[in-house]
Amino acid sequence: MKQYAYFPGCSLESLSKNYNISTQAVAAELGVGLQELEDWNCCGATAYFPVDELLAYTLVSRNLAIAEKTGLTDFVAPCSACYKNAYATNKYLKGDPDLLEHINFALEEDDLQVEGKMKVRHLIEVFIEDVGLEAIKEKTTNPLKGLRVAPYYGCQIVRPRKDKEDVENPQFFEQLLSAIGAEPIDYASKTRCCGGSLIITNRKAALDMVYKLLQDAVKSGANVIATTCPMCNVNVEVYQGQVNREFGTNFSIPVVYFTQLMGMALGVEPKRIGVSASMLSLAQSTVG
Amino acid sequence: MAVELSFSKEIENMMYASHGKPIKDCLQCGTCSGTCPAVEFMDNSPREIIGLIRADMRDDVMKSNTYWTCASCYHCTVRCPAGIDIADMMYSLKRYSMWKGTYKEGLLGPDFSEAFVKMIVNSGRSFEPILAATYLPKYSAGDIVREGLMATGLVLSGKMPLLPKKVKRLKNVQRMVRRIIPIGDTK
Repeated sequence: MKQYAYFPGCSLESLSKNYNISTQAVAAELGVGLQELEDWNCCGATAYFPVDELLAYTLVSRNLAIAEKTGLTDFVAPCSACYKNAYATNKYLKGDPDLLEHINFALEEDDLQVEGKMKVRHLIEVFIEDVGLEAIKEKTTNPLKGLRVAPYYGCQIVRPRKDKEDVENPQFFEQLLSAIGAEPIDYASKTRCCGGSLIITNRKAALDMVYKLLQDAVKSGANVIATTCPMCNVNVEVYQGQVNREFGTNFSIPVVYFTQLMGMALGVEPKRIGVSASMLSLAQSTVG
Repeated sequence: MAVELSFSKEIENMMYASHGKPIKDCLQCGTCSGTCPAVEFMDNSPREIIGLIRADMRDDVMKSNTYWTCASCYHCTVRCPAGIDIADMMYSLKRYSMWKGTYKEGLLGPDFSEAFVKMIVNSGRSFEPILAATYLPKYSAGDIVREGLMATGLVLSGKMPLLPKKVKRLKNVQRMVRRIIPIGDTK
């Protein structure tokens, strides 16, 4: 079983526990070994960078250094913000000896050194690229037939550009949903921003962004929205009621993590993936 | 002899690690403004802000809410035909405004960022209820009640734990941070 250095991130310990447990359950089913980093710290989300850039990279580098120490090659994050921060920092460490030296000077305080040698991945990439869509399809015992899912990429698994990937119209999430028997819907907002931390610092702007996303997904025929990021999930799920109050709408579309859908398709017990009863009955009612 | 940098040069220098293409390469095509999901909540569109920076109109840039309204979604960055990392430029403006202490009154972004960094320096992990204490006082009474009800619901439904987790080697992390910035007393 291939082992990965697993960085859950703060959200998966509080608001997004369901993401953590479903990730662990699905990884176990698919033979993906997740070794949680010892004593990891917060990645800084989008809030360190406005204060001090070097500090932001240093705190991310501590996690990368802890990962490098394990001897594993791949650093895996299920949260898109953690992933983007780790990916970008790792890239800068490799390309900027000056930055590397500064950061290693700080890391000495925790007996750590970093090189920038981890391969930084988002969880969904590990499932799609390493396990593979064919293998996932084969292990799907309970295909989610008739479930119309809006694949919500959000921002940071596709942006900023990492390599040659398609930033305008990515397809990998749709392919994954098809592999587990669900029906991915096509809608224009799939990579539009959920508002991120504006939900706290500029509520009006963020609610408007969530509103437009919900409207597009529902109009396009989705009966569930699947996310790859705790921030997207919270903004779209928890703030749906506020959107309804603000815009006089009546949205009540379930929002789940892609790992929860995978867990359902792979036949994992519902309580091990944190799926609500209403979501389960929705899935069952659409099957057949 | 001290050299005084222009505002546009200062902002360029603040994009330290990302090595984005210089702002002067901007074509003023407006793709960024057309792409931005938050543009209607900004005092100036991203295109206008770049124009103002290039004209060294520091005060006009600083008093605009634009850069604190950026959600860092990088949509403008990947579409910019001149290859400018516009989202990163917005981060640079946030840093500049925090550094100089000049930003539009009434914004929550600067307080939120500062509180977030203090929280990480104090515990190594982020935890929503600690953050709430810093931004809630700026909300209206009705908003505070709504936030309180929502938070209670999240705790009761088991989504939100009551106590934050901490990094074990916190002292080391704090010494690490001191090697980067002089944080002083963080309490």
